[in-house]
Amino acid sequence: MNLAGRKLLDKAFTILGMLSSGFLVIAIIILLTPIFMKGIGAFVFRATIEYRKMELDLFERGDREELEKEIKQAESARSPLFEKLKNFKEGISNFPPAEKKRLSESFHDFEMCLRELLGPFPGESVPELPRNKYGATRWDQALIKLKSVLYKEEYDYTNPSKMGQKIMKPRSKEFAGTSLENLFPYLEQNMEKILQPKFVFYRQFLTDASKDAHFFGGIGPEVIGTIYLTLGAIVFAVPMGILTAIYLTEYSRQNWYTSILRTLISTLSGVPSVVFGLFGLAFFINSIHVSQSKSVIAGSLTLALLILPTIVRSSEEAILAVPKTYREAALSLGASPWKMIVSVLLPAALPGILTGIIISMGRAAGETAPIIFTAAVSLGEAPKLLDIFSQPTPALSWNIYNLATEHQKVDQIRHVQYGMVFSLIMIVLSLNCLAIMLRSRFVKKLKG
Amino acid sequence: MVNKKKAFQISRDTSATNKNSQLSARKFSVFYGKNEAVKSVTMDITKGAVTAIIGPSGCGKSTFLRAINRMNDLIPLVSVTGELSIEGTNIYSKNIDVIALRQRVGMVFQKPNPFPKSIFDNVAYGPRLQGIRERKAVLDIVEKSLVRAALWDEVKDRLTENALGLSGGQQQRLCVARALAVDPPILLMDEPTSALDPRSSGRIEDLIDELREKITIIIVTHNMQQAARVSDFTSFFYEGNLIEYSSTRRIFTMPSDKRTEDYITGRFG
Repeated sequence: MNLAGRKLLDKAFTILGMLSSGFLVIAIIILLTPIFMKGIGAFVFRATIEYRKMELDLFERGDREELEKEIKQAESARSPLFEKLKNFKEGISNFPPAEKKRLSESFHDFEMCLRELLGPFPGESVPELPRNKYGATRWDQALIKLKSVLYKEEYDYTNPSKMGQKIMKPRSKEFAGTSLENLFPYLEQNMEKILQPKFVFYRQFLTDASKDAHFFGGIGPEVIGTIYLTLGAIVFAVPMGILTAIYLTEYSRQNWYTSILRTLISTLSGVPSVVFGLFGLAFFINSIHVSQSKSVIAGSLTLALLILPTIVRSSEEAILAVPKTYREAALSLGASPWKMIVSVLLPAALPGILTGIIISMGRAAGETAPIIFTAAVSLGEAPKLLDIFSQPTPALSWNIYNLATEHQKVDQIRHVQYGMVFSLIMIVLSLNCLAIMLRSRFVKKLKG
Repeated sequence: MVNKKKAFQISRDTSATNKNSQLSARKFSVFYGKNEAVKSVTMDITKGAVTAIIGPSGCGKSTFLRAINRMNDLIPLVSVTGELSIEGTNIYSKNIDVIALRQRVGMVFQKPNPFPKSIFDNVAYGPRLQGIRERKAVLDIVEKSLVRAALWDEVKDRLTENALGLSGGQQQRLCVARALAVDPPILLMDEPTSALDPRSSGRIEDLIDELREKITIIIVTHNMQQAARVSDFTSFFYEGNLIEYSSTRRIFTMPSDKRTEDYITGRFG
């Protein structure tokens, strides 16, 4: 090929490489940005007066006197609203029967939506569930709920060849000609006065237990459960993994037994994680009864099995990368093989081993399938330290899945979902950063 | 358990009148699998002298050297026949404590191989292995060893720094100091200057000169001038056989074997 052709080919490869790496960066940004933005929304948001009521009731946080002042202000903005509702209810019997039926149905629907926005009306009995005790606690939720107050969602099925078309029908039209008609513009214009939003930094999101199925509160038990499971997995997998790696590199001869062992370890790392989960249930719980049913310890053991191959592999490679001359030097000074391993080999291999461990920690923290059958529950407190042998725990990975699939009103707690995903990603990311930092620090130390 | 193993009691009397054999090989062979790398070598090495082993690459000289502190044990499929004894004790007999042996037979390697630890910890490694924990005692040994290795003045202010920050020549002298710290009666040197520049090599040679008479040194070298300069006795290995072994002056002035002469004069090798 001539020179120009070679140069052109070279350039083409450079451009292709840059394009594909650029594509990767864009994909990561597109993936992570919304998660970060919305995840931060779980911590920093505009909280309404309803939020402050809830905080005081459920968590005993906030200033009662201050709040009472605010409630008075809010009530002065709300009272014209309730006045109108009362008047309308009283006047509804004056309408002709057909009109009355339609109006009372619409009114009932409207009231339900308004309760979600403002909480129970004055004079009504206090509902049982905390989720019904308060109106919209977050401003972003309040705006969504305001929309359902102002508009009625209907579907147009007139064209049979098409799916039903969503129509947002203004409720003010339904109540046209009644005393309620001018309630809607009033509500829209006075939202800020009625709900009094203020920015808060809800840092206890990471430590608070959730109240009423994640409607309020934080993700404390999930975070603690994730830490339990991850550390538990590390406690079991690290000694086993490092000892296996030492055996494979230092003690065993290269024969059919060790090559089969290596193949098995590689195979183990290719097993789907859900299989580990089922194995954990069948073996740890049903066969050897480490616990009566799901427990932190069973989940940790299952996760330990999952990350074992990674730890063995990375430790093995780190140990093999230690120059042979270190071994010779130590042995020539009269060190026993074991002493040589502990005093020279492992310290020199530590950066590689640590990197493997920390990356495995990230993996263990994020895995869902292995803990579904062995450790995770969707609600409840994280167990006390001594109860980990018998009690299951909520965990971030599982609860993200659970909220997405099983929560009845997940659209009202999106912020919790994003908060969980954000927290989990931050845990994994910070573990990876820690790995990089530790590694560079140790490498510097070893290089002198 | 230690009592069961035969301990090494090597006498330290190195007065000139007692220059008898400290290490003796009798029909000693080393095999890599079926391949005989050292062939039935018989030789006696004089106590307190510097003995050089020369020969072309692959002649078995390093293998022989590494057999003396049983470093060859690390290589799979190595076997030996014959006898190799230090002061009358066959070091390949069954009840030998290899660890005790290596503590008495130090070794300096081809490439400087300090541990990635501080200079102090490098030298203190051997003494600590022997159970010396007291800081003062360890410090004394470290200083003494570094002084003996002619490195003390250069590193006394930075003992806690990483040994890998030293220059190649300094690293090699550190390795000598580390080997000397366990006070071995015998020191093996496997081409200790092949990775060093001439100036650093010169310092190592000076060091060997200073250690003469105090400990027995066996040095493998590719450098004929070096062998002539530092050694009292020279042995010439060729294809696993010990061809000639006598005083260095004799080997370099009137070798009795044609192959020795050819090698020394540079006709092959």
